[in-house]
Order: sequence, then structure tokens, then C-alpha cells
Amino acid sequence: MQLFVFIVAALMILVGAVGVIVRSHPVHAALSLVLTLFGVAVLFVAQDAHFLAAVQVIVYAGAIVVLFLFVIMLLGVDRAESLRIDPVKVQRPLAIIVGVGLCGLITASVIEGRKTLRARAAGIETATSVDGHDSNIKQLANDLFSNHVFAFEVTSVLLVIAVVGTVLLSRRPGKRGAADVLDEASSQ
Amino acid sequence: MMLAEITPTTTWYLILAAVLFSIGTVGVLVRRNPLVLFMCIELMLNAVNLSFVAMAKKLGDIGGQTTVFFVLVVAAAEVVVGLGIIVSILRKRPRATADDLAELKG
Repeated sequence: MQLFVFIVAALMILVGAVGVIVRSHPVHAALSLVLTLFGVAVLFVAQDAHFLAAVQVIVYAGAIVVLFLFVIMLLGVDRAESLRIDPVKVQRPLAIIVGVGLCGLITASVIEGRKTLRARAAGIETATSVDGHDSNIKQLANDLFSNHVFAFEVTSVLLVIAVVGTVLLSRRPGKRGAADVLDEASSQ
Repeated sequence: MMLAEITPTTTWYLILAAVLFSIGTVGVLVRRNPLVLFMCIELMLNAVNLSFVAMAKKLGDIGGQTTVFFVLVVAAAEVVVGLGIIVSILRKRPRATADDLAELKG
């Protein structure tokens, strides 16, 4: 059963990933990305990361891909990119050589180092290993809010900076902003 | 040995993550549409997340899952800022590709 889940999810991931890089239409690439993200979420469940699987579906498939599709539609760049044009002659073969080489290198190191993998900590609690349906979330929250609480707070600063930066970046120059209108209204 | 009794080990997950990461790398090197480049970066981030979760399971350490949580947050922030930049470039030049990003030079 676990083998079956792994094979199906791995096929989803690989088909989606290849779809992202070979489909010439950006909308199709975004939909292939959704397939990959769902496959990764399935493997998260198979590896007892239930909370992360839910977050993966909500944040990635729900928010990030929708943001991609929104930008594609907003800008009207939803025309197919011609994949026949090769701007630099040797770019494609070199990229494929680099990809295969990278894959081989990581795979070799993983296989070489698998003997050194052994459990060192208390283990991951799941609903089946201990009582309670939300044990994974509790354990994750305990770790997050005790060992990583400073990083968690810094994350909120990062998000605020990202939001403010995006608003500044995507504001149309030359037009009057809402703040100016408000200033004039109050001065009258 | 029955086929159904084989359980996928951590090595399988790590090799799958390696393949996914390599596909993302090839995509970044090959594609020219800046939006698709971002999608390929998401593929690479997901490969890393997958290996983090596999390691967390194997080593019995919840820290791997916490790290994935932070990676998700940073990925969301990165997509927001990146799409903001892409929107402002493409608004000025609708057919811009990754080769035209030298425009950013002040």
C-alpha cells in the first residue's frame, strides 16, 4: 500500500515537473505545477507531516499558484512562448548535461551516505503512535514556539517588508495615490 | 518477497527529491519567460522541502518539519516580491524575456 502511494505520488510529481518546463503556454505550466504540489502534499502525508501537507495545499496550490495565474491573466502574457527558438546555441544541451550531472551527483551522495542515517531524537508523534488526532501539530507547535520563537517573530517582519515592498513596486508612477486625495480632502 | 510488502525507504524519497531538483534546475536554465522561471524555482524549493520531511521522519527529529514551515513562509514572500518586480517590468515591455532583465540596471 505504501509502495502504491509512493509510486502514484512520484509519478504525479515527475509528470507535473516535466510539464512545467516543457509546456510552452504559461497557464499550462502553472496547472502542471499544481499537479506537482499535490504530489508533494501526498508524500508529506505519507511521511507523517500532516500539518505541512495541509499548509502545502492551502499556501502553495491555493495562494501561490492562484497568484501566478492572476499575474498571467492581468498582464495578458498568456501567449505561448516559442520553444523552437534557442537564443544561445549550446544552452539547451549544456542545461541538460548540468541537470543530469546534478541529479547523478546528488543520487550518488544519497546512496553513499544512507548507512549513516539513524534516528537521533525522540521521534515524530503521529495520531497512530500516540493518543490524539492532532499530535503532529502539537509537537510542531512546541518546537516552533520554544526553540524557534525568535525566527518566527522575524518571519512576521519579513512578511510586512514583502507586502510594503510589493505595494511600492507595483504602484503606477505619475498617478496620484489615495494618500494625496485624502490630504486634499482634509485641507479643503 | 511480495510486492506489496516493499515499503519506500528514505533513500527513495531523497532520490525523488534529487530528480525534482534537477528538473527545476534545467527549467531555470532553459526557459526564458520570467514567470515560468519562478515556477521552476518553486519546483526546486519543493524538492528541498520533500527531502527535509523525509529526513525528519528518518531521524525522528521534528526540526526538519519546522524548517519546512519557514521555507514555505520565505517562498511566499519571495513569490510576492518577485511577481511585483515582474509585473512592473512586463507592464513597461510586454514581451520581455529573461534576457531583457538587464533593464533593471539603474
